Amino acid sequence: MAIDNETVKRIAFLSRLKIDEDKIDNAKIEFNNILNWIEQLNEVNTDNVEPLEAVNEFNLPLREDNVTAGNQREAVLFNAPDAEYGYFVVPKVVE
Amino acid sequence: MSDLTKLTLAQALSGLKNKKFSATELTQAFLDEMSENRHLNAYVLETPEIALHQAKVSDEKYAQGSPAPLQGIPMGIKDLFCTKGIRTTACSHILDGFIPQYESTVTQKLLDAGVSILGKLNLDEFAMGGSNETSYFGPVVNPWKANNSDANLVAGGSSGGSAAAVAAHMCLAATGTDTGGSIRQPAAFCGVTGIKPTYGRCSRYGIIAFASSLDQAGPIAQDVRDCAILLKTMCGHDEKDSTSAKMEVPDFESFLTGDIRGLKIGIPSEYRPEGLNKETAGCWDKGIEILKTRGAEIVNISLPHTKYALATYYILAPAEASSNLARYDGIRYGLRVGGNHLDELYINTRSEGFGQEVKRRIMIGTYVLSAGYYDAYYLKAQKVRRLIRQDFLDAFEKCDVILTPTSPVDAFPIGDKSMQENPINMWLNDVFTVSISLAGLPAISVPAGLSQRGLPLGLQVIGRAFDEGTVLKTAHVLENDVKFVRK
Amino acid sequence: MADFVIETSKGKWEVICGLEIHCQIISKSKIYSGASTEFGADPNEHVSFVDAGMPGMLPTLNRECVHQAVKTGIGLKAKINKYSNFARKNYFYADLPQGYQITQYKYPIVGEGEVLIDLPDGSVKSIGIERMHIEQDAGKSIHDIDPKKSFIDLNRAGVGLMEIVTKPDFRAPEEAGAFLKKLRSILRYLGTCDGNMDEGSMRCDVNVSVRPLGTDELRTRCEMKNVNSIKFVMQAIENEARRHVEVYESGGEIVQETRQFDPATGHTKVMRKKEFAHDYRYFPEPDLAPLILTDDYIQKLKDEIPELPDEKKERFVNKLGLTPYDAIVICENKETADFFEKAADGHDAKKVANWLMGDFFAMLNEKKLELKDSPVSAENLGRLVELVSKEVINGKTAKDVFEIMAETGENPEKIVEEKGLRQVTDTSAIEALVDEVLANAADNVAAYKNGKQGLFGWFVGQVMKVSRGKANPVLVNELLKKKLQ
Repeated sequence: MAIDNETVKRIAFLSRLKIDEDKIDNAKIEFNNILNWIEQLNEVNTDNVEPLEAVNEFNLPLREDNVTAGNQREAVLFNAPDAEYGYFVVPKVVE
Repeated sequence: MSDLTKLTLAQALSGLKNKKFSATELTQAFLDEMSENRHLNAYVLETPEIALHQAKVSDEKYAQGSPAPLQGIPMGIKDLFCTKGIRTTACSHILDGFIPQYESTVTQKLLDAGVSILGKLNLDEFAMGGSNETSYFGPVVNPWKANNSDANLVAGGSSGGSAAAVAAHMCLAATGTDTGGSIRQPAAFCGVTGIKPTYGRCSRYGIIAFASSLDQAGPIAQDVRDCAILLKTMCGHDEKDSTSAKMEVPDFESFLTGDIRGLKIGIPSEYRPEGLNKETAGCWDKGIEILKTRGAEIVNISLPHTKYALATYYILAPAEASSNLARYDGIRYGLRVGGNHLDELYINTRSEGFGQEVKRRIMIGTYVLSAGYYDAYYLKAQKVRRLIRQDFLDAFEKCDVILTPTSPVDAFPIGDKSMQENPINMWLNDVFTVSISLAGLPAISVPAGLSQRGLPLGLQVIGRAFDEGTVLKTAHVLENDVKFVRK
Repeated sequence: MADFVIETSKGKWEVICGLEIHCQIISKSKIYSGASTEFGADPNEHVSFVDAGMPGMLPTLNRECVHQAVKTGIGLKAKINKYSNFARKNYFYADLPQGYQITQYKYPIVGEGEVLIDLPDGSVKSIGIERMHIEQDAGKSIHDIDPKKSFIDLNRAGVGLMEIVTKPDFRAPEEAGAFLKKLRSILRYLGTCDGNMDEGSMRCDVNVSVRPLGTDELRTRCEMKNVNSIKFVMQAIENEARRHVEVYESGGEIVQETRQFDPATGHTKVMRKKEFAHDYRYFPEPDLAPLILTDDYIQKLKDEIPELPDEKKERFVNKLGLTPYDAIVICENKETADFFEKAADGHDAKKVANWLMGDFFAMLNEKKLELKDSPVSAENLGRLVELVSKEVINGKTAKDVFEIMAETGENPEKIVEEKGLRQVTDTSAIEALVDEVLANAADNVAAYKNGKQGLFGWFVGQVMKVSRGKANPVLVNELLKKKLQ
């Protein structure tokens, strides 16, 4: 499944990463190399094989419904690059 | 070099208990060693005040006769573990200046057990890499040099700082994390011992996530006994990590009996491909011989899907990583590179904050999960992952542990061209470690000899899920008989 | 079946509509963290490190959210899936700290079910439930503090949600309205969601398409996000359907897109075209193992489910003799139904229902009171009905007594005693009153006897008047008839 420049751009945007126009060709070649290599998996017969989601087949543990966290706004905002009035601040979000 | 830094953790504990030296003296000796060896770039942050304060507390505990199990042991912490009040970066620009307001479960357990934190150790950015060259803080230099060469060699990765710091006696032991070989491979490259326990043994809470279904913490230390001692403290169920196992944590040290008579050692034929480096093969053969001599039974086994483990890993790990790393968006912590609107802020921040290898993996991960490709890549890889795990389950019907080399190669020079030019060449170094990660099994790397260039080679012992005890027991015998001379 | 056909000069069209409803789960703590779900705290106070998407933080699933979801599933007469799992839905947004929402995708906790809706014509229609899954809510962006900045509050981030997806079974706006009312009623009966659309604890996405009446075509649908009242949902369906018809009839095509309903105009406008659609890259959440439920667990919750509106309605109609209409109205709200049952206990249920739906509701309305604040208790309402049934007072007096009850909250028996309002059932006493009235109205008596039968009512009124309303009207009637013969 060879991918083209447009796909590279789309994937970059989905990843919120910038690729300079002059580097797209290289990125595409590298991408295709990797995908070609990965596609060796097509040799494996996986008919009737269930996908493995978790190596340990434990039941999901459930937490009791108690309030055990929160009321720590200072700690939550401690590392924020921009915070005001107790909020995180970002450039205006336009719908 | 102070003699104190040459001790093993077990020896140091005994010295502290018998008041041969104080925790403060011990810690200071390591702090001195750290300043001697800054050129290795193993630490990205040194925390002498914290370490000395903790040492002072330890000395008081010893004076009161109430020391905790690891009281006064100076350790380095891989900078992937969040440490409350101590800068934590995952060696990424994007976490510039991030100071966690919480402590990872594993480091909390170590702190509760009385260790002193000497500083935060270098790693490949977000643990993505096999040579510690992707770190924003630059590569770690392996304390070992090849014969007749001054060239700086890689320490391996991603826990390169941990392995190098232990090898250069800049800490008694270090924490590491292993997603596809990140404890075992650097341990092998630096001639030290590192164990990745079974997935679910150590809580992942507070460890910056790379690939959640694979990430697992473990110790890197001078020898097998030190690993066993540390593992006991680091493991255990944690309610804050839903994937952590509700399993008894045994006294791992008690497994180090030296008696492996009748133990069945599996030797997988797939790990000896044509073209396997002769010295790697030779080191492996020597290990097999030792175990046989000690009364173990050698069993030939097959792990038929080994060949596909790397490709499987390089679908699943980037896919999880692409999602795990979405939170680094410049809003709540770390680097922010401004923009006129939100998407611009995201793109500017992430483009500047992430290094090349991380971006590469995010993009691959995004692609394999994207609409129309999920089944062909991600789902396929999950299916092959099941087959790989099944290989091990089948093999463990015939044997108790499996012995393989840790890495197909020894430490290579920093900046190696073929690996810089083609990322796949770098990834191929994980060939002997990734299947174990995919299967979630415990595995240790012990130094087992030197290559012709005079560099350490490691052997890997793999066990059944939650059977770290037998892994450690086998590794202990190997260690004893290979008589590897540590740095 | 509610007929809703858009008829134009060019043809007849039918609307196809499905709903997706996000319901906030009632629980003390968030679905994946121990932070409080309480409403109205200062910004970012109810935020754990997990909710803020801090590095290395991991989700843990709240048991109560699973309970609530299973209960809701049972209330929707749906299949409870013993195996379900969690998935990450990946997208970037300021109020989504992790960069992904932990939701359920391929394997939701609740499968197919149905909700019966009561239509104005008295008929009942079944609306299919496609599935229901649990997930986390997002935080809130506040845009009106500063012209150039948005402010992010994560208090709501991580509050548990149930997303209920219906089948495209709605053929009229009224059906969607009836469904939302019924759903809200079920959720409130179960105590799993408070159902307040104006506070955002129940939010509705509406999918609409149209097709020529009588065909089974599937045409392009448009989605309207977050429509926040039942009235607006109905408006949105109607107006969007009309828009589709206009586009088709003028030769255009409908484009698949997400639209926004504007409550001010009642119309919809485009939010997001499909080409900008997200690629959510769902994959199983590696931080949470699959959720396995046992038969015992499900059965235990089934046993705990209270009687729901449909069953209650059936019982009220079949056992208590209520009309279906009264039963539906009374059962919509569990508090009302409980109040009714308490009031009707041991009394004539039908008459209690009449009182409840008539004077009682009118009184609450007039006083702008909630049921729980009613000055008239359920017991007292029952007693009042009983007084009428036992002919201690007559209907007219009962209304007066009720008025006093509404003012004072007093027991009607006490009011009747204190004010001497017992109706007179003593025949000789009434006979005396009748004689008095007839004696004083000789002209009218003559007129009546000459055929002016209409005057009979006047005589009754006069007798009641002199009895100050207390005379038993039946006896008055009988005696008057006898005397006027």
